[in-house]
Amino acid sequence: MTDDTTRGDVRLFGIGKTYGAFTAVHPLDLTIPEGSFFALLGASGCGKTTTLRMIAGLEEPTTGTVHLGEQDVTALPPYKRPVNTVFQSYALFPHLDIQENVAFGLRRRGIKSVKKQVGEMLDLVQLGDKAKHKPHQLSGGQQQRVAVARALINHPRVLLLDEPLGALDLKLRRQMQLELKRIQTEVGITFVHVTHDQEEAMTMADQVAVMNAGRVEQLGAPADLYENPRTTFVANFLGSSNLIEAEIAAQNGGTLALKAGDGKLSLPAARCSAPTTTGGKALVGIRPEKISLAHADDAGEIPDGRNRLTGRVTATSFIGVSTQYVIDSPVCEGLEVYVQNVERDGRLAPGAEVVLHWNPEHTFGLDAAQAIDAGVEKVETDAGEGVAA
Amino acid sequence: MTTLTEAPPAAPEPQTRAPRRRRKLTPYWLLLPGILWLLVFFALPMVYQASTSVQTGSLADGYKVTWHFATYWDALAEYWPQFLKSLLYAGLATVFCLLLGYPLAYLIAFRAGRWRNLLLILVIAPFFTSFLIRTLAWKTILADGGPVVGALNALHVLDVTSWLGMTEGDRVLATPLAVVCGLTYNFLPFMILPLYTSLERIDPRLHEAAGDLYARPATTFRRVTFPLSMPGVVSGTLLTFIPASGDYVNAQLLGSTSEKMIGNVIQSQFLTVLDYPTAAALSFILMAAILLMVTFYIRKSGTEDLV
Repeated sequence: MTDDTTRGDVRLFGIGKTYGAFTAVHPLDLTIPEGSFFALLGASGCGKTTTLRMIAGLEEPTTGTVHLGEQDVTALPPYKRPVNTVFQSYALFPHLDIQENVAFGLRRRGIKSVKKQVGEMLDLVQLGDKAKHKPHQLSGGQQQRVAVARALINHPRVLLLDEPLGALDLKLRRQMQLELKRIQTEVGITFVHVTHDQEEAMTMADQVAVMNAGRVEQLGAPADLYENPRTTFVANFLGSSNLIEAEIAAQNGGTLALKAGDGKLSLPAARCSAPTTTGGKALVGIRPEKISLAHADDAGEIPDGRNRLTGRVTATSFIGVSTQYVIDSPVCEGLEVYVQNVERDGRLAPGAEVVLHWNPEHTFGLDAAQAIDAGVEKVETDAGEGVAA
Repeated sequence: MTTLTEAPPAAPEPQTRAPRRRRKLTPYWLLLPGILWLLVFFALPMVYQASTSVQTGSLADGYKVTWHFATYWDALAEYWPQFLKSLLYAGLATVFCLLLGYPLAYLIAFRAGRWRNLLLILVIAPFFTSFLIRTLAWKTILADGGPVVGALNALHVLDVTSWLGMTEGDRVLATPLAVVCGLTYNFLPFMILPLYTSLERIDPRLHEAAGDLYARPATTFRRVTFPLSMPGVVSGTLLTFIPASGDYVNAQLLGSTSEKMIGNVIQSQFLTVLDYPTAAALSFILMAAILLMVTFYIRKSGTEDLV
C-alpha cells in the first residue's frame, strides 16, 4: 500500500507521558518496522494504551517525538495523521449505518464516490450484506470487523488496535486473531496491536514489546521472548517459568555452574542476563514443559549431563494433552512441570518422590536482584492494579 | 405482551391459574393511580371544556350545549393576531434558548469536569424562587434608563431591534423584545437539561474516533455530536416551545397591551370577560395548533424513535 520511497517505520524517540506525579510511560525509544504486526503487551495500567494513543495523536506526549517515516508528527492533531485506530469498544457511530461508518474517513477527506471502496472493504471483512444495518444490529464480532474496515479503508500508514478483541468471548477471539492476521498479511499495513493477552500477542505478532510499569521490559520476536526472557517479569508474564534462586559456583568456558541448595545446575553463559561473577546470586529459569520427570526409583536411568533436582509431587492435574505437576523441591517450592501424555507413569501421584531433569541448554539465567514473582498472573481481581506490578 | 403471556397453551392446573391471572393484572393495578389522575385532572376537564366551547347563552341565563361551532371561527377571526404573536414569541424564545443552552449544555457535559454538578445546580437554581418574582425582576433589569437599556442603546443594538419591530425607541420594557427575553429566561432550564442529558450520553470515544478519521473538531460536531444530540434538541425545543406559546405571565408583566399573547386572551376571557365558550374554543384551537406543529416537527426531525 505504501509505495513511498522513504521507509514507513514508526519511530518513537524518548516518548513519555506523565499525569501530574504519575508517570504513565517512561521516556522510551521504539522502532516499529514498516509492514510488521507489532504487539504492545502488558498488564492493564502498564502504559501500552497511552503509548498507542500518543502514536494516534489522541494523547499529547510529555516528552519525546513521534515519527512516521521521515515525518515528525508529534505536533499534528489526530485528524491530520495518516494513522487510524480500532478502538477498544469499537466506537462505531450509532446514528450511521455500516456503510456510512466505513465511508466516514473517505468522506472527511472529500472523496465523493465511496461506494465501490466501501463495498470492497466490507467484502474484505465479510460483511458485504450488512451495509445498511445500524451498528447495534450487529454482533460484537461483526462490530469489531466494521471498526477494522472503517480504519483500513483509509489506507493508513499504521493501523492502531487498542485491545480490539477484549470484548469478545474466547472462541470468537481466537477466530478474530486469525482473521486480523489474514487481513494484515493481505493489506501489508503496519499493525500496532495493544493487548494484555500474551497468547494473543504471541500468535499474531511478528514483534512483541513487553511493557511493565511504563517501561518496555523486552522487545523481540515471540519465540525469542519466550525462550530467552531477560527479566523475571517477561519470564513470568509470557507463559510461566520456574525460577530457582542459585549461587554461581564456577564458570568454565561457555558454561556456568550453579549451586542451588545441594543441587548442581548448569546453564550456557550466553543465556544468562545476570552478572556472572563467581559467588554471585542468580535466578535459574526453566520453562515447565522442558522438564522431564522420573520417579526416584528410576533416577539411575537419567543420562549424565542433565540438570537435575529432587522433589516430591504435591499436586497433579490432568488436562488432556498433558499433565501438570506441582513439585516441592528442597531448593524451590511449587515447581511446575508439564508432561505430555505419551507414556503416563502411574507412580507419579501426589506424595511420590521424583527427580526433575532437563537439558542445561534450555536453562536461562536472570538477575537475582529483581522481584522473583514480577509478572506472575494473580487471581482475576487484579484488573487495574497492574500499575503496582 | 399479551401474546407472550397467552402463548403457551397453559396446562390448566387449578393451582397455577389464580396466581397467573393475578400476575397478569398486576401491571394494570400499578397503572391505576396514573390513569385515575389523568382521568380526573385531564380527561374530565377536557370533556367539560369541549362542551363549554360549543355552548351558547349568557352568565345570567345560564349556558346550554347548542353545538355552536361558530364560536371557533369567531374566536379565530378576532384573535388570530394574538395567535400569531404567541407562536412568534414562543418560536423566538425557543431559538434563543437553543442558541444559549446548547453551548452551556455542551460545556457542562464535556468540559466541566468536577464542576459539572455545581453547574447543573446553578442551572436549576432559579427554580428556588417563584416564577412571578423572577419575571418581575426582569422588569427592573429592563427598566427604562437602566444600565441594560443604556448599554444596548450605546451598542446600537436597539436601532437594529427597533428596525425589526421588536423594540420602540429607547424602550425595551413593554416591547416584544422584553416578552421574548422573559420567555427565554424562564424556559432556558427546560432546554438545557434535556440537551445535557443527551450530550452526556455520547461516548467521548466517538469524538476521538471522528478525529482519528480525519474529521476536524467542527466537522466532528456537525457529523457526530449534533446528530447524536438530536433527541435532546427535540425534547428541549418541545419543552420550551409548548409552555412558552401558552404562557401569559411574561406578556402580562413585561409587555404592553400590544404584546398580548393568546394565553393573555384566554385568561381574560375566562376571568375578566367571563365569556367561557370563547375562552374554551381558544384553548382548543391553541392545543390543536401545537399538536399539529409538534407532530410535523417530530416527523421532520426523524427522531420518533429517539424521543
